[in-house]
Amino acid sequence: MNGIFKVLTFILITFVIITGILLPIPEIPALGDKARVLYFHVPMSWISVLAFFMSMWYSIRYLKTRESDYDLKSFSSAQLGFLFCILATATGSLWAKFNWGSFWNWDPRQTSIFILLMIYGAYFALRSAIDSEEQRAKLSSVYSIIAGVTVPFFVFIMPRLVESLHPDPIINSQGKIHMDSTMLTVFLTSLVGFTMLYLWILNLKFRLERLQIKKLKTIED
Amino acid sequence: MTGDILNSSMLIFKKDLKSELRTRYVINSLLMFVLVTISVIRFALGDEKTENELLTGLLWISIFFSTSNGLSRTFVKEEERETSIALKLSSDSTAVLTGKLLFNLVLSFALNILILILFILITDYSVKNVSGFLITVIIGNFGLVSASTIIAAIISKANSKGTLYPVLSFPVLLPLLITVINATKLASLGVGTEKLYGEIIILVSYTIVITVVSYMLFRFVWED
Repeated sequence: MNGIFKVLTFILITFVIITGILLPIPEIPALGDKARVLYFHVPMSWISVLAFFMSMWYSIRYLKTRESDYDLKSFSSAQLGFLFCILATATGSLWAKFNWGSFWNWDPRQTSIFILLMIYGAYFALRSAIDSEEQRAKLSSVYSIIAGVTVPFFVFIMPRLVESLHPDPIINSQGKIHMDSTMLTVFLTSLVGFTMLYLWILNLKFRLERLQIKKLKTIED
Repeated sequence: MTGDILNSSMLIFKKDLKSELRTRYVINSLLMFVLVTISVIRFALGDEKTENELLTGLLWISIFFSTSNGLSRTFVKEEERETSIALKLSSDSTAVLTGKLLFNLVLSFALNILILILFILITDYSVKNVSGFLITVIIGNFGLVSASTIIAAIISKANSKGTLYPVLSFPVLLPLLITVINATKLASLGVGTEKLYGEIIILVSYTIVITVVSYMLFRFVWED
C-alpha cells in the first residue's frame, strides 16, 4: 500500500463525513434528514458482503495452491467483514428505531444481515475448534465455500416471505436512482472511500496475522 | 472406473447399514429422541386447538433436530472407532461420500416417515394436499441430507463435535428450511401443487448446488 493510496482514502472519507453531515439533501418523503444514514450504512453493508465473498475467493485460492498466506487473507477478510457487518446492523438498527419505531422487527433485510452474522459466527467457531494449522485452514476454507454458495438463495427466498419496508424501493424504485447529483456524489465517494479503507485494513490485518504466526514459530523453536 | 466407484460406494453403504443394525446405537437413541420430542409437543399443546401454521413449524423443528442428531454421527463414528484410516486406504473419496450419502438418505427417510406418522397420530395435524406435501418433504429431505453429510465430515475433524454441528449447519440449511417450511405449510392448508412450483424449483436447485459442491470439496476434507 503506497502513500498516495492512504492519503486518498483519508481525503475521501473526510470529505464524506463533512459533506454527508453538512450539505443539504433533497426532500424525500417519510425520510427527510434521516436519509443521511445511507452515506454510512450502505457502504458498511456493501463491505460486509464484499468481505464475505473475498474470504470465499481466498479460500478457493487456498484449496488450489495450499499456500498458508491465502488462508490468512481469507481469515483477515472474514474478521473485517464481521466488524463491518456489526456496524451495518448497528447503523441500520438505529435508523429503524427512528423510522419504523423499533430497533428490530425482522424485516427481510434485517433477517438477511442476521444470517450473514450467523455465518461469520459459525466460521469463527469452526476455526477455534481445530488445533492443527493445516486442518484449520482446509476445513474453514471448505466451510466458507459451502456457506458462500447458499447465500445467493436468499435473493430468491426473501421476497417470497414478507414485503420489505427497506427504503431502496422508495428511493430506488424500478432500479432508477432518484438521488440528486450532490447526494449521488457524496454516496459514491463514500462507497469508494470505505472500500479503499477496507482494502487498507485488510492488508494491515493480513500482515499482522503473518507476523503473529512467525512469532509463534520462533517461540516454538 | 465409474463401475469401481459405484461398487465400493455400495460396499461402504452396506458396511454402514450392517454395523448400524448390529449395534443399533443410532437407531435406538433416535427412536427415543423422536418419541420424547413429539410427546413434549403433545403435552405442551394440551387440549389447545392448534392451527397448521404452528404445527408445521413444530414438525420441522422435530425433523431438523432428530436428523441433525442422526446424520452428524456418520463421520464422527469413523473417527471415534479409528476406522477412518482404513477407509481412506481402501477406497476413493468419491466412493466414501456416495456411500455415506446413501446411508444418510435411508436413515433420514426412515426417520421422517416415523416422525410424520407419529405427528399425525398424536397431534391434530391434517394435510389437505397430500401429493404436494409429500413432494416437498421428499425433495427437502434430499437437500437436508446432502448439506448435513458434508458438514458432518467437517466437524468429524474438529474438537467439540456435538455442539459444533448445529452451529455450522443452521446458517447453511436456513434457505432450505425456510422454503420447505413455507411449502409444506401451504400444501397442508390445501394450496394446489402447481402453485408450489416456485418453492419446488428453489428446493431442487439448492439440493443440486449443495451436492455438486460437496463432491467437489469432499476430497479436501477427507484426505489428510
